[in-house]
Amino acid sequence: MVVNLKKFTNKPELFTGGHRLCAGCGIATIIRQVLMAVENPVVISNATGCLEVGSSIYPYTSWKVPWIHSAFENSAATISGVETVYQALREEGKVAEDIRFIAIGGDGGTYDIGLQALSGALERGHNFTYICYDNEAYMNTGMQRSSASAYGSWTTTTPLGKVGKGKTIRKKPLTDIVVAHRIPYVAQAAPGHWRDLMTKVQKALATEGPSFLNILQPCVPGWRIEPHASMKAAKLAVETCYWPLYEVVDGVYRVTVKPKQKKPLAEYLELQGRFRHLLAEEQQPLLDELQADVDAVWEALLNKSAPTETKTKEE
Amino acid sequence: MAIRVAYTGNGACAQAMRQVEPHMVAAYPITPQTEVVEEFAKFVADGKVKTKFLPVESEHSAMSACIGGAAAGGRVMTTTASQGLAYMWEMLYIASGLRLPIVMGVANRALSAPINIHGDHSDTMGARDSGWVQLYCKTVQEVYDTLIQAVRIAEHDEVRLPVMVCYDGFSVSHSLMDLEVLAEEQVKGFVGSFTPRYPLLDIANPVTYGPLALYDFYFEYRRQQVEAMATAERAVGEIAEEYASLSGRRYSAVEAYRLDNAEVALVSLGSTASTIEYAVDRLRDEGVAAGALRIRTFRPFPKDAIREALEPLKAVAVMDRSESLSGWGGPVGIEVKAAFYETEARPLLLDVVYGLGGRDVGVDDVREVFGELKKATDAGKMSDPVYYLSLRE
Repeated sequence: MVVNLKKFTNKPELFTGGHRLCAGCGIATIIRQVLMAVENPVVISNATGCLEVGSSIYPYTSWKVPWIHSAFENSAATISGVETVYQALREEGKVAEDIRFIAIGGDGGTYDIGLQALSGALERGHNFTYICYDNEAYMNTGMQRSSASAYGSWTTTTPLGKVGKGKTIRKKPLTDIVVAHRIPYVAQAAPGHWRDLMTKVQKALATEGPSFLNILQPCVPGWRIEPHASMKAAKLAVETCYWPLYEVVDGVYRVTVKPKQKKPLAEYLELQGRFRHLLAEEQQPLLDELQADVDAVWEALLNKSAPTETKTKEE
Repeated sequence: MAIRVAYTGNGACAQAMRQVEPHMVAAYPITPQTEVVEEFAKFVADGKVKTKFLPVESEHSAMSACIGGAAAGGRVMTTTASQGLAYMWEMLYIASGLRLPIVMGVANRALSAPINIHGDHSDTMGARDSGWVQLYCKTVQEVYDTLIQAVRIAEHDEVRLPVMVCYDGFSVSHSLMDLEVLAEEQVKGFVGSFTPRYPLLDIANPVTYGPLALYDFYFEYRRQQVEAMATAERAVGEIAEEYASLSGRRYSAVEAYRLDNAEVALVSLGSTASTIEYAVDRLRDEGVAAGALRIRTFRPFPKDAIREALEPLKAVAVMDRSESLSGWGGPVGIEVKAAFYETEARPLLLDVVYGLGGRDVGVDDVREVFGELKKATDAGKMSDPVYYLSLRE
């Protein structure tokens, strides 16, 4: 699949401006990239969270595609009902279009409270794509820890203090958990690498059966970054191999973006206020530990990846 | 042609669902509703229905899938009980708030803790303010008849609210009773085809379901639900009449039993009404001016019909098969009392909490309650506003 930027930027926007997401918010960028990449009609189910709140304040809506929000933990279950009725109505001849179904949730709605509904929908084999925008904390309620929060980061529920060291538990390996469901298409993406992200959206939507995209999403207030720095943060996450870009097609791993020169993790961390305490001199042992962990995960990923063509940079 | 068979409440529920043949059934098995899910899965496996059966991983997802399916533009159903209904709680309010015409059978069962699998009304009474129409069935036949009518009520143009069809766990769900099953074309003709409103699958006209509505609009949403619920009271009656002309069986929001010239009566929901009616016959034979009233439609609450039926009586006992734990009895008793606030004349009202966790209620128990009403009428007052029947204390 070849993603042509000119072609896509000429498409009418399906996610319109005027929404109330923060300036520089990574979600809006991700959703615009996703919707630019879709070719079939889509119906979207959206978990409670920043995206839902920011895009649907009655009587306004940013969505120019059919969209439903029902609750926090059930985006996957909701879309499974939509998709099932679609199959029934197709058979009755009452719906003619070849529609694709997308469920969206943040890391709270996916890694944590929505994990059961996601697992159920994956197991049942619905024809849908689940997109997790992972900003590594409950950002809609103001930066509380989630199981996706990074080791070492501080959040308002893992604060720094005389005793508190921020979050001292590893991030839940959600992408691996989804891969374990043996669904046909799983990928990690980040909006700084738009071509990679949009290609994956197209592959996911073209997949027969469930597909899953875990997309790292820079959060301006939650990561303590400047609004202009969100795409820089997304790129650094990939260039440091903190957030490897890869896909798993029918169980076969492939790294899709391999940095030419892996950058030190510190470059990614120092951009963000949520990690700044890690850069103090006395924190060097912890920083070394985090770097070692990133290296180990990256090596393991390379070892299990098919030796296919990988790109070193985005245009 | 209608046929007569011996069936259980769960079987009747499944048969009605088969004949309605919705686009989707999303359900999770739970005692005492399990057979409905099993029987329906078998109908699907045998190719008797085209319905898509979604064996979800939880009741929360069952209701979530129904919400998605109904919003997509399909006729959808589920069934549950007890903890399963409790697990759906969050989604019950969203189903009604989004005005989705979902139909759900509930085999009533007690709520944990302590865990108990038997029948009482704790589950659906807890959901009484969730914006669902609630209909309580006395017999296996009524489960079947009500489920079919529920489709029309839910989809009524001026209602568009989800409907719960409640029947007592085990005493109805597992009891074999006489059932007249209508011909399939009669049922299909009665329910008609589903006309969705603003379906998600209408790609040319994209809609946003479930937006954020704050202090500037939320209140108006709720007010519209109030209107819909008020309309539902009329719709339930009209649809029952139409069904009566099809089946010969007539149901109303409240059903009076030998209330003419009665002085004392018991008010109940569900299958206990059968026992009460039996006891009323015996008491009448003995010269007691006894009667009974069964509330079939609990939501919307038929306050006018209840007032009208009970106002002339001297004393009334309201049989509550759940406890509100508010300190003054069960929810039905509290609401019936509230219905009489503005009337000049009102009977003495006794709230009787009974049958929790499936504790049996027999004719002698009913006689005991009528005995309490006799004491009250003799004394001209209730000695205690709440009476716990067949309880070890």
